[in-house]
Amino acid sequence: MSEKVLMKGNEAIAEAAILAGYRHYFGYPITPQTEIAAYMAKRMPKIGGTFLQAESEVAAINMVYGVSATGKRVMTSSSSPGISLKGEGLSYLAGADLPALVVNVQRGGPGLGGIQPSQSDYFQATKGGAHGDFHMLVLAPASVQEMAELTVKGFALADKYRMTSMILADGTMGQMMEPVSLDFETEQAPEKPWAVTGTKLQRKHNIVNSLFLKPEELERTNFERYERYKYIEENEVMYEEYMMEDAEICIAAFGIAARVSKNAINEARAKGIKVGMIRPITLWPFPTKQFAKAAETVKQFISVELSMGQMIEDVRLAVNGKAPVTLCNRAGGMIPSPEQVLAAIEDAAKKGGN
Amino acid sequence: MKTTQYLFAGFGGQGILFSGKFLAYQGLNEGKNVSWLPSYGPEMRGGTASCSVIISDIPVGSPIVSKPDVLIAMNLPSLDKYEDSVVPGGTIYVDSTLISRKVKREDVTVYYIPATQMASDNKTPTLANMIMMGKVLGVEGTFDEEEKVVAALKKVISAKRADMLEVNLNAMRLGKDYQG
Repeated sequence: MSEKVLMKGNEAIAEAAILAGYRHYFGYPITPQTEIAAYMAKRMPKIGGTFLQAESEVAAINMVYGVSATGKRVMTSSSSPGISLKGEGLSYLAGADLPALVVNVQRGGPGLGGIQPSQSDYFQATKGGAHGDFHMLVLAPASVQEMAELTVKGFALADKYRMTSMILADGTMGQMMEPVSLDFETEQAPEKPWAVTGTKLQRKHNIVNSLFLKPEELERTNFERYERYKYIEENEVMYEEYMMEDAEICIAAFGIAARVSKNAINEARAKGIKVGMIRPITLWPFPTKQFAKAAETVKQFISVELSMGQMIEDVRLAVNGKAPVTLCNRAGGMIPSPEQVLAAIEDAAKKGGN
Repeated sequence: MKTTQYLFAGFGGQGILFSGKFLAYQGLNEGKNVSWLPSYGPEMRGGTASCSVIISDIPVGSPIVSKPDVLIAMNLPSLDKYEDSVVPGGTIYVDSTLISRKVKREDVTVYYIPATQMASDNKTPTLANMIMMGKVLGVEGTFDEEEKVVAALKKVISAKRADMLEVNLNAMRLGKDYQG
């Protein structure tokens, strides 16, 4: 194993992207993810890549569309308000079945909001992100190591399924430093026979497009795409279970909320409360089956979120009324403390969760 | 199993984040689990800056330090803001050049170091942070093997500025040897 180095989460994403063969950066600065652009600005010229600060987020996502159409691995990054601006491009990428990696280092909203960490773009990321029927693969890292590993994984999944992978991080994950090992396998990008690379008079023109004026044809593309989504839901779910063997209370949390919850779970366990956690690593596809299975034995669920309660809806759908699901949250850039989560666990235990 | 939570706090520009990063590398080189979390945004451009560092035998859960075992306060607003958050039995290091008041708590160990004055006298006015750091390592007994300190410094000082290594090390020695 290579020597571990301390890196910010944002820098780990940038370096992992370079390792995954990514050589073109299109972005526009916004706190708290600007280190990604800064890192690319420094590194890309040295390795024969391109660093381009676009005139806006809209321009950057359309540059991503263009490069992806040529078959190259491509990525952009932003934070919440900037991702909203990219919405049109995300829908076009889906409509044209183009692979891309998009990073959202979330900050508090709505509107310009603030610059402190948040998870309030969960709905936007997991329920489409823009107009039309589509999904993105949504990956939620909870450590700097995962910021790197899920970036590499995100490229592979995007290429495999010809869709956008989104890294859904938050300001804490982007700004914190942890030891990271960048010694991992990176897959080369697969052949992309659909890419627009010039026919050299050897083949028919490839066309990349999201406009289908005949409704029958447009419907067919939608049905085909959802067949692919169904396969992904069966095969690509990632999650971590923590102390779930005998748990009677189950925390649902991702990213920084899962880190805080681990502290609270350890303290509650020391007090004899049987509590565990399911941490979704893929938010779409959501680990629905794992929550449904847990609901056979767990008496109460607590969704810990940096939002007004968004993932809780997916937890409730999965639990399907078998147990109460309550919310433990902060919003607007605030982070729940381990004490707050512990209080929620103790409250659940009093209500008979234990 | 030991976990130590450090909170560095002061003005932007005092090297709060730098000294925190040094300490994190010191822990990493010892094979510990570490995390480093800065305050970010407008605070970085003046105003108050803070930095959470956790060094632990077990994997780090939340990287946010809300109840520090060790507080390093480099200005008065920081001491005012964080004094009460230190755990009972914890330690507070005070830059007594910039903070004229005494710590009110009686259940913590306090070290007063005139770091900013010492840095100025030493003709390295920007290294008050490392003088404080030297004192912290001295008290914790992790300065005994100086080559380990040098190894961590090498991680945070770029090779191009290798001349700064000795300067930083000297500042740390000053802090370590200071008996208030």
